[in-house]
Amino acid sequence: MSNVFATILLCVSLSSFAQEAEVIKFDKLHSLLEEKGEQVHIINFWATWCAPCVKELPLFEAISAKNDPRVKVTLISLDFADEINKVNAFIHRRKIKSKVFLLDEIDYNSWIDRVEESWGGAIPATLFINQQTGQRKFIDRELKDGELEKVIESLMNQ
Amino acid sequence: MKKIKFPLALICVVALFSFENPPYEVGDSVADFKLKNVDGKMVSLSDYKDQNGAIVIFDCNTCPYSKAYNGRIIDLNDKYASKGFPVITINPNDPEISPGDSFKEMASQAKKKGYEFPYLQDETQQVARSFGATNTPHVFVLEKDGQNFKVAYIGTIDNNSRDGSAATKKYVEEAVDALLGDKAISTTRTKAIGCGIKWRD
Repeated sequence: MSNVFATILLCVSLSSFAQEAEVIKFDKLHSLLEEKGEQVHIINFWATWCAPCVKELPLFEAISAKNDPRVKVTLISLDFADEINKVNAFIHRRKIKSKVFLLDEIDYNSWIDRVEESWGGAIPATLFINQQTGQRKFIDRELKDGELEKVIESLMNQ
Repeated sequence: MKKIKFPLALICVVALFSFENPPYEVGDSVADFKLKNVDGKMVSLSDYKDQNGAIVIFDCNTCPYSKAYNGRIIDLNDKYASKGFPVITINPNDPEISPGDSFKEMASQAKKKGYEFPYLQDETQQVARSFGATNTPHVFVLEKDGQNFKVAYIGTIDNNSRDGSAATKKYVEEAVDALLGDKAISTTRTKAIGCGIKWRD
């Protein structure tokens, strides 16, 4: 009997390791963009309904899995905030390890230029920031093979 | 032979780019286009020469933003067609990449939703390219200018893609109302929030 309880307890504690998306407003995103540190911060904008975004998520997950202290990955979901359950189910199913936020700001025109002026408003879109120098690179399309590594390399401190 | 091929290819690429006009900006005149409607008939912009303008919307069946805005697009036509600003929707997505946007699926969407306006297929994607449309839905409000149409507003429908009743800025309505009242449009350009157009490679 105690084994059963132990198993249940284990399952419960294991499942609690899977993250849930944290719902944020623009001020939080803005502080992420302005964050100072020694890393190359990769901020990917995606949504569960965006097929090309979902297709390239494993690329970002592979970068996260390397645990390179010089690189940080943040995934910003642009799913509608009332569909947070869909996002969390997706995170669980895909076992997403990179930190996921859901940006709850429906009036895109009020914030999109503050992320990147050249951004037309479609996803996937990825912003790379060298937190030390402030140097940035923005790509508002699907990444090409090997492009992710190349951009990270180009933004690494020498 | 190989030595000749490369510069030739380069010339072709350069020529292609130089023939392509830059996308429309507010104030630009719009070239006529002719595309197939879901009823099988061809529709041209010039068919609308007796109107005051037109609300051209690049749209599709599949994008969540298009779905969210669908009712509002129908409402725009209901409100403004009688005032000389009918809606014309154009689907630019490549059905190879997005099967839900095939001509057949477009016809079924138009029927199901009772479209009283054209839903045209931009098979070559040339119309979307010449307008500079990037997303769906992407709106271009056109006004009649002599014999031509010129661009009066480019962008999104309003500032709440999820819930129209919560929108505090209705950009397209404000633009058309201004044109009808012979006033200046206060916001002529916004970003068209939506899904990227599925371009053929």
